Amino acid sequence: MTTTDTSVQEHPTPTPPANGTTLRSRSLPRWAPLAFAAVSIALGVGIGSAAGWESRIQWGLVSAILFVAISYAATTAVENERQAKDRLATSLVWVCFLLAIVPLASLIWTTVGRGAEVLDGYFLTHSMAGVLGTEPGGGVYHALIGTLEQVGIATVISAPIGLLTAVYLVEYGKGGLARAVTFFVDVMTGIPSIVAGLFILSIMLMAGLQPSGLMGSLALTILMIPVVVRSTEEMLKLVPNELREASLALGIPKWRTILKVVIPTAIGGITTGVMLAIARIAGETAPIMLLVFGAQLINPNPFEGAQSSLPFYIWEQYRIGSEASYDRAWAAALVLIVFVMLLNLVARGIARWKAPKTGR
Amino acid sequence: MASITPIDTPPASPAPPKPAKSTGRAGDKIFLGLSQGSGILLLLLMASIAVFLSYRAALAVSKDEGNFFTTFDWNPAGDPPVFGIAVLLFGTVVSSIIAMVIAVPIAVGIALFISHYAPRRLAAPLAYVVDLLAAVPSIIYGIWGALFLVPYLEGLNLWLDQFLGWTYIFEKTEVGVARSLFTVGILLAIMILPIVTSVSREVFLQVPKMNEEAALALGATRWEVIRLSVLPFGRSGVISASMLGLGRALGETMAVATVLSPSFLISMHVLNPGGGTFAQNIAAKFDEANQLGRDALIASGLVLFVLTLLVNGAARLIIARRKEYSGANA
Amino acid sequence: MAKRIDIGGLTAFYGSHKAIEDISMTVEPRSVTAFIGPSGCGKSTFLRTLNRMHEVTPGGRVEGKVLLDDEDLYGPGVDPVTVRRTIGMVFQRPNPFPTMSIYDNVAAGLRLNGSYKKNQLADVVEKSLRGANLWNEVKDRLNKPGSGLSGGQQQRLCIARAIAVEPQVLLMDEPCSALDPISTLAIEDLIGELKERFTIVIVTHNMQQAARVSDRTAFFNLSAVGKPGRLIEIDETERIFSNPSVQATEDYISGRFG
Repeated sequence: MTTTDTSVQEHPTPTPPANGTTLRSRSLPRWAPLAFAAVSIALGVGIGSAAGWESRIQWGLVSAILFVAISYAATTAVENERQAKDRLATSLVWVCFLLAIVPLASLIWTTVGRGAEVLDGYFLTHSMAGVLGTEPGGGVYHALIGTLEQVGIATVISAPIGLLTAVYLVEYGKGGLARAVTFFVDVMTGIPSIVAGLFILSIMLMAGLQPSGLMGSLALTILMIPVVVRSTEEMLKLVPNELREASLALGIPKWRTILKVVIPTAIGGITTGVMLAIARIAGETAPIMLLVFGAQLINPNPFEGAQSSLPFYIWEQYRIGSEASYDRAWAAALVLIVFVMLLNLVARGIARWKAPKTGR
Repeated sequence: MASITPIDTPPASPAPPKPAKSTGRAGDKIFLGLSQGSGILLLLLMASIAVFLSYRAALAVSKDEGNFFTTFDWNPAGDPPVFGIAVLLFGTVVSSIIAMVIAVPIAVGIALFISHYAPRRLAAPLAYVVDLLAAVPSIIYGIWGALFLVPYLEGLNLWLDQFLGWTYIFEKTEVGVARSLFTVGILLAIMILPIVTSVSREVFLQVPKMNEEAALALGATRWEVIRLSVLPFGRSGVISASMLGLGRALGETMAVATVLSPSFLISMHVLNPGGGTFAQNIAAKFDEANQLGRDALIASGLVLFVLTLLVNGAARLIIARRKEYSGANA
Repeated sequence: MAKRIDIGGLTAFYGSHKAIEDISMTVEPRSVTAFIGPSGCGKSTFLRTLNRMHEVTPGGRVEGKVLLDDEDLYGPGVDPVTVRRTIGMVFQRPNPFPTMSIYDNVAAGLRLNGSYKKNQLADVVEKSLRGANLWNEVKDRLNKPGSGLSGGQQQRLCIARAIAVEPQVLLMDEPCSALDPISTLAIEDLIGELKERFTIVIVTHNMQQAARVSDRTAFFNLSAVGKPGRLIEIDETERIFSNPSVQATEDYISGRFG
């Protein structure tokens, strides 16, 4: 939070101050960056269309480079070297920001735009039963069921294990075991989802198990536990020690203190963490591909037989490679994104609403 | 709180704490057992991941008639079965390096933008949006990359070939759409931008105000403040953020599987379509794989596992070192 | 070298909150002016308006004039970076750059301006460290990190860093409040030496310190909590501590409040 007040930022900078001379220095007007931006965009578009480049990416890159160069040159000419470097950094940072916003905005825009074409009540309530992959029609119902069940089972397994592990690390953990657990939780956070899938696959191969929603859930569990542990740990650490001491001083045993004082205080943050973890695993495709196998029909039983899931459905439809299947893939992508974003928004809402007073 | 005070339970006892204490003790033991048990369960889980993967991998590699590390082929169903990870390792590393080279500077830029440059009113919502983008599922990046980004990159590829073709790396010797390692790298860069950005931003915001004021009071411009106090303080944080991003890029499956048109070749011409990565190869070959084929894929997954472990371990080490370091200066 | 500061009708805000109101005074060159007053009376805020550090705080805004030898710091076209370069500052807690060596810390301000030769730079660093009475303690470990010094040494390092760029004025915001008595004494001695070369303004919570080091003392107070701070009076330090003209000053100095 350095220089937030614009009057600081937009002002000029120094000639190395000779003693006794003025504090003033020549400076570009405040609107200069905007003018530079306008000029470079105009030039970028001009050069781009003159040279006949089709890709807008090229136009944008030329404009960006021109913007940085013009700002630097103009500031060097009017002000001085130090100020020019400052201006260079500022323009680069703005360019970085715009460079990143463009693809990310395009991703959201495309998904919403293409997805909305097919998405309707029928799409949400019907499976792909009897629909040829290359034909229009069909829906995502079976995949929705699959996702909800698999994610549900994974949550039921991971949330208690994750919560208890976090309690152990924060409330009891000392010594080698706690250090080992902390380290391996970190390591688990980095496991690629496909590796988690392969692990369950190797168990299936040895035990002769068949693909089912449950197998997918188990792989998702491996991905979910470390996320839950990490976020719960952070939340428990935020509970002030005074609360624990106050409760212990009343003669309340430690485990009841944890259950009745510590966890309730942190419950908002813990819920947020679990929901964010759900949002993360709901979009995992790779383990489902290996372990659940995919299905066109509604299979409400996660313990037996192949199922589908939203991300898997998108992959499947993408692979068919027809216009109709692309449409379905985008629509399912929109459903998935809405699902994940809703989870995120609700989770962050809870975090804000239930934040402990000591929270950040 | 009064309702849960256990001292009330034994009514007429002159020394009430004793029975209360004993139920407390039992409860404590059970609770400690449960929570400790969960921790141990996690350790067992990690151990069994390593053991199971290694076991299946050993089964596969023992039947491999080629060299598992150097063979440029993936044919476990053949007679004799031949497969090797050379191409996959190459593709995984190259695409991840491309992703890092593009993503890290831009992510640092965005993080600085949010922490030090953006108008105050814009900064908080921006940080929020970046966090949300980190939650977009990879398969969606995948289809966006394949159906939208690939055609858009034609022009850029043409340019790179034209102006930077002399570097060999950017020489495009094969015609064809941009389903290349380079495109994969760009897509991975876009995917890891949010995570690298948000971790870096956190670190930049933690720079003690007094360090920044020290620079300001010496008459530093905003960039000089960043150079003098923000970047030195945040350097190790940025490094570990990048490592976390790298870990994600290495293991990314769906985005690569949708974009890349795989081939079992090693070529430094990154613009040429072709190549492969561990995760992409598993996704692509799994459906047709027989028993040995699956084990072979598991073997390649084990290598990926070890690779990500190393990268993440390094990141953690840097973070741990940083903690010591900043503790000393607190 | 040292310049005089004339402040006229200065009011400073945090957002819509008025922190100090309508302050006018003159700070004489080559002397030490101390600001005293109860917590929250805005003396630190006022100090920060004198080198335009106040506007760095989110919502920070200033009205009024601050003339440095007749040139308004807040005039149009004035560059805050030049202002801060001309008016140095030492903070409450020592804040050397943690990743830099002792040498680099002192040289940091000079390097920003670029045009120094290596031996020239070394000369200035030595001169500044001597000026801050730190040279003898650190001359053998100039390449060690500044954060390895004791609190008092760190604060003197910060003073060396501030005087290395040859400012006109040195502002000190409770420079001893985080230090032990011996380090405090060292800094106070140093202030006595530095006033030969610089105009010094020091905010302090410690009235004995004000009495010991300053030539003139300004007393600030606020009429109620939440109201802006005001300048009550400014006079020769001796007068303020022996025979102040305002009752509130006497009450504060004799320990009746604050």
